[in-house]
Amino acid sequence: MLEIKNLHVKIGDKQILKGIDLSIKPGEVHAIMGPNGSGKTTLAQVLAGRVTFEVTQGQVLFEGKDLLALRPEDRAREGIFMAFQYPVEIPGVSNAYFLKAALNAIRKYRNQEEIDAMDFVSLVHERMTLLGLDETFMKRGLNEGFSGGEKKKNEIFQMAVLEPKFCVLDETDSGLDIDALRLVSEGINTMRGPARSMLVVTHYQRLLEYVVPDVVHVLVDGKIVKSGDADLARNLEKHGYGWILEEAPKPQPVR
Amino acid sequence: MVTKTAIQEAMSKQEYKYGFVSNIEEEFAPKGLNEDTIRLISAKKRDPEWLLEWRLRAYRNWLTMKAPTWANITYGPIDYQDIYYYAAPKSQPKSLGEVDPEILALYEKLGIPLIERQRLAGVAVDAVLDSVSVGTTFKKKLEELGIIFGSFSEAVQEHPDLVRKYLGSVVPFNDNFFAALNSAVFSDGSFAYIPPGVRCPMELSTYFRINAQSTGQFERTLIIADKGSYVSYLEGCTAPMRDENQLHAAVVELIALDDAEIKYSTIQNWYPGDKDGKGGIYNFVTKRGKALGVNSKVSWTQVETGSAITWKYPSCILQGDNSIGEFYSVAVTNNRQQADTGTKMIHLGKNTRSTIISKGISAGRGRNTYRGQVRIFKGAKNARNYSQCDSLLIGSDCAAFTFPDIQVQEPTAQMEHEASTSKIGDEQLFYCQTRGITPEDATNMIVNGFCKQVFLKLPMEFAVEAQKLIGVSLNLEGTVG
Repeated sequence: MLEIKNLHVKIGDKQILKGIDLSIKPGEVHAIMGPNGSGKTTLAQVLAGRVTFEVTQGQVLFEGKDLLALRPEDRAREGIFMAFQYPVEIPGVSNAYFLKAALNAIRKYRNQEEIDAMDFVSLVHERMTLLGLDETFMKRGLNEGFSGGEKKKNEIFQMAVLEPKFCVLDETDSGLDIDALRLVSEGINTMRGPARSMLVVTHYQRLLEYVVPDVVHVLVDGKIVKSGDADLARNLEKHGYGWILEEAPKPQPVR
Repeated sequence: MVTKTAIQEAMSKQEYKYGFVSNIEEEFAPKGLNEDTIRLISAKKRDPEWLLEWRLRAYRNWLTMKAPTWANITYGPIDYQDIYYYAAPKSQPKSLGEVDPEILALYEKLGIPLIERQRLAGVAVDAVLDSVSVGTTFKKKLEELGIIFGSFSEAVQEHPDLVRKYLGSVVPFNDNFFAALNSAVFSDGSFAYIPPGVRCPMELSTYFRINAQSTGQFERTLIIADKGSYVSYLEGCTAPMRDENQLHAAVVELIALDDAEIKYSTIQNWYPGDKDGKGGIYNFVTKRGKALGVNSKVSWTQVETGSAITWKYPSCILQGDNSIGEFYSVAVTNNRQQADTGTKMIHLGKNTRSTIISKGISAGRGRNTYRGQVRIFKGAKNARNYSQCDSLLIGSDCAAFTFPDIQVQEPTAQMEHEASTSKIGDEQLFYCQTRGITPEDATNMIVNGFCKQVFLKLPMEFAVEAQKLIGVSLNLEGTVG
């Protein structure tokens, strides 16, 4: 589904990603772990289409299409979703209005009709229950005055409504208490399916206790230095990143 | 910046644009302003003697006055002797084919019906139009209720006592430089009188007023709501109107007697000049309402998207006990536009209440200033004011300013003031993009969210058009919702 080949990215003069190779098949959940400053968020943002990052080399194919040639909104319409580490606030624009605009923009791109108002309401209700959001939620301004936890829930809620093919989750567990983490994780797990893939970017292993990945990659200084199964994440939690750095840091892309 | 020469050039070009013929007596007064010009205007309008006197007093006062310089706007000096003060009628285009295609494209964008487009573009229509017959029907209905609604000139002829009683009672002829100028030379405008206890059953707007065309550069509007009556008045139209006049100095006076309510909505979309600031209207307008009676209410709602420079402060004098004043405003400045706008709430009566909600949007190199004054005079016991002024910046070359002035002489008064400034940032736009929404649609959505509080105060169909209009003003091609 997603194919990253030799991706090099810089911001200003600083080279951040130094040759990433990654292949994610339909239905797979991959986790990217790594110490602070290793380039995790950069990778997530580049996939979503952030222009402040400059791709100097390499290629990203999404279902065979050249992803990097698409505008961010078209990537979303093609089925890529990014759950932000720090979702922005847009006062005055209600969650309901925003989500409907997003859903219809995506449907229009796919030559589908605008969603019927009643269908929208029932869809939203169903997905709200999933994340334990209350009735007033949809009427509030987009992330306006939301707590960190509410913002993260909102990201997963949007994902559940928009039903993307490929989800990038950037530090979704940060700032969540244990109850919220469980709800959010359940939300993510419900979304797992044979046709949907995910890239979970995280600093800690605790989210991966709930959302068990198929493959774990360790990103250090802009390169994937080790890949493995869910056990790799547990080892990292126990022993930190130090031991990996001591091993010969040869990129080991999993295919 | 508009240079002096540019203004003069534009003003001096008017002669050619309108294709005036040489018969001075019939078509226009010569350029420049003196007592003869005023006498000529007065004669053309068949003014009664007292009105001519009033004009002349205004003129003599004006001669001693200077244009205000305190506003946060810059423009070259205006040569008042280089302006035509009376010119009628303008030659009208005969078909839409003669109208500027740019304007037609905007009408199209706003989804205005064809027949309406013709009317807005000032196309002379002699066939019986829907709009005309609709207008006639309404006029008849208004007459049955005793509502007087027509042009100012008509009112001077048909209801001279009402005009004489109230003209200048809210905005005196010597109120300020531009009001004095208007008082001296105004040629037409609107007049409405709602009799006691009558609730006007429809929005009054120039749309329903026959002979509404070409009210011109110096309009005068007077609305009187008698005891226990209600009227909602809509000024202007949502479509772009290209008034070539450089200086637009209008005066609006509202008077609400006991238990009466006047709601006055404006959508102003005069020509803003091009993207480099060449051309465009100077909109220097004095609007004031007097809540004269007990329990009376004056409410202003304005959406200001046009004009090169806007200088206006629709205000309320809250004289009657328990009277209410409201000001809801959205002002947009894009490219090189400048706006210095706000309100004055003057509390005189007991238990008077006022609300100010001002939303300023700056884009391009626009400058947007909120200027508001709230004065609570001694004796205005338990007066209350709530003010909220919010600014939204789009891009990094624009500017927003806020100058609130609060003067309280009454210890029982309650005042609240809130202000905020926000910016549509790349972060917000990127976030929307990652949800499939284009940056244009996202900006539109954010702007509409920002303006919602004010749009809710507009009559519904106009709120929808105001929303579209702001999108057009900000050059947002997409549509949302």
